[in-house]
Amino acid sequence: MIDVILFYVFAAFTLVSALVVAGQRNPTYSAFSLIVTFCSLSAIYGLLGSPFIAALQVIVYAGAIMVLFLFVLMLLNVKEESEAPRKALAGAGGVLVLLFVVQVASALLKADVFHAPPGYEASTVGMAQLLFSSRFLYVFEATSILILSALVGAVVLAKKDL
Amino acid sequence: MLPSYVPVLILALVAIGFSAFTLGLSQLLGKPRPNPAKNSVYECGVPPIGTARERFPIKFYMICMIFILLDVDAAFLYPWALVFRDLGVFGFLEMGAFMLLLGGGFTYAWKVGAFDW
Repeated sequence: MIDVILFYVFAAFTLVSALVVAGQRNPTYSAFSLIVTFCSLSAIYGLLGSPFIAALQVIVYAGAIMVLFLFVLMLLNVKEESEAPRKALAGAGGVLVLLFVVQVASALLKADVFHAPPGYEASTVGMAQLLFSSRFLYVFEATSILILSALVGAVVLAKKDL
Repeated sequence: MLPSYVPVLILALVAIGFSAFTLGLSQLLGKPRPNPAKNSVYECGVPPIGTARERFPIKFYMICMIFILLDVDAAFLYPWALVFRDLGVFGFLEMGAFMLLLGGGFTYAWKVGAFDW
């Protein structure tokens, strides 16, 4: 019972802070609101029985990715949005939102989430065994190359005299 | 499942409580009564121009990328540490290759002087 209440509390936090991210005109405040979104999402992952993903959400997203967002904002010097929202763009956005809602609703109805089996405790050890098995060997090593290329890209962009 | 999160709850409560207590107490004891003279620049300070959010040097971004490199590295080490005995040599080599690639990136950044300001 208590986890149902907690779920609704954190889901409300997630939605409200996500709306603030989209509605806020000052991009720095949007970024800070995104931290609240990430932390409440992390709590939801915890409630779903996946403590490792919850920890990763805080360490990687609320920590590292957030720093990256803030630095990009600082580098580009994004000022407060001043121009009024354009009517045509707002209309197109509305249509896209409607399509998205319909798609999510149909997926949820198809998956029959209302009669889904209760959540089970995901074991971090089981997850680790799967992640480091030979099945995901290539993907795992490719991750390091992906991060490596991001780093090299940043260095090449930032350093004038290599 | 939920009882295992009690330490996290305590940590969150202490963090929120501490900041609320500190801010509340200084509000209560200090009784802020701002006036234009108090808010003005003190002594030899110069009047501020614009906001504090100016463009930052790109060097910070580079440091940030290196931080992410090590952060993701550490994030993968947690689950690996749980199972590395069962994985044996295969797991050791797998993680070794991963660390070698990321360590190579770190060495590269060091070599080209990403840390020189």
